[in-house]
Amino acid sequence: MPAAELRQLQRRIRSVQSTRKITRAMEMIATSRIVKAQQRVVAARTYTEEITRIIANLTASAEAGDHPLLRPRDEIRRVGVVVLAADRGLAGAYNANVVRRAEADIRSTDRPARLFLVGRKAESHFRHRGYEIHRAYGGMSDSPGPDDAHRLAADVIAAYEQGAVDAVDLVATQFLSLGTQRAAVRRLLPVERFGPQPGCAGGYELEPGEPMAILDRLLPRYVEARLFAALLDASASEYAARQRAMKAATDNADDLVTSLRRSANRVRQAEITTEIMEIVGGAEALRPSDADESEERPWR
Amino acid sequence: MEVKLVGPERIIYAGDASMVLARTLDGEIGILPGHAPLLGVLVPGQLRIVKPDGSEHRATVRSGFVEVCDNRVVVLADPAPEETAPEEKAEEEKGPTS
Repeated sequence: MPAAELRQLQRRIRSVQSTRKITRAMEMIATSRIVKAQQRVVAARTYTEEITRIIANLTASAEAGDHPLLRPRDEIRRVGVVVLAADRGLAGAYNANVVRRAEADIRSTDRPARLFLVGRKAESHFRHRGYEIHRAYGGMSDSPGPDDAHRLAADVIAAYEQGAVDAVDLVATQFLSLGTQRAAVRRLLPVERFGPQPGCAGGYELEPGEPMAILDRLLPRYVEARLFAALLDASASEYAARQRAMKAATDNADDLVTSLRRSANRVRQAEITTEIMEIVGGAEALRPSDADESEERPWR
Repeated sequence: MEVKLVGPERIIYAGDASMVLARTLDGEIGILPGHAPLLGVLVPGQLRIVKPDGSEHRATVRSGFVEVCDNRVVVLADPAPEETAPEEKAEEEKGPTS
């Protein structure tokens, strides 16, 4: 019976150790990818900054506020919500946080929502709860490219222009630091007006001369750039969350192995002690009495 | 004058230039130092940045915008497909088996 218990403990130790190998590998993969993802966030920032500045200058100078993508609608019947989550789990509370934030946002607007879901985890969550899903995208969140942002932006803008939605929110995780990521809601459409920026607020010479024609091209690119930045931020956050979750799992596996080893050692010790007791007891029973022994000795 | 060519993923070129040649919707334009503030929509074609030493940086542009402001030229460009960071595609590693 104790021998069987020992074997079972040893089997558990082996299984925890092999799980630990997996979580450790995933932790290291995530760690190496955070750096790359962060570099992409930084590299893409210039484009967003420049296009924001240009739009601010253009809308400050011209009477361009009437562009359909800039003007808030009087009546908001439906709200579009873009949710950026991950394709895979094992990233701690990453997906749960984004999804919870999105649900809170949908409840607070008090209007029917149409969802644009990036990440299969978001899709499977909302699919089962009867939300209206406008479109779901898989395979986009891992390593998002400009083409992914383009596709997403085109769908969102089309839905907005056709009147399927009257405003669009973006729910995504912001990478604040390696230790802190926060799921946040931001308005995507209509595009919010920016305050005047230093520089050429005096007005541009335009080619083509019609500011509307330029905004027609600039604003979709701006939405795209914002979505791209958000996608990159979310993917860096996903890796950070996964790295933390996998580190916690690895540490936990270490603790588990230690305590399992202790129990195994205790069982083994107990087994040895029992054996010794049995042997000593048996020898004691077979041993002749002291008196017999002293009489026998001279004959040897 | 200062020139910055910016793609959606990264800064493609940044430096000094004596002239920038670009194709906008209204036709070919040349931008020299001291140009008035300008905002133009780019059409597919070549963008040429002439550096002070006379050499050129060329880029094929699919679409984008060119802005001139305070003697600074900013080109926001979607590069032609073949120019989109080939080194990034190469080092794409395989995902973990989970």
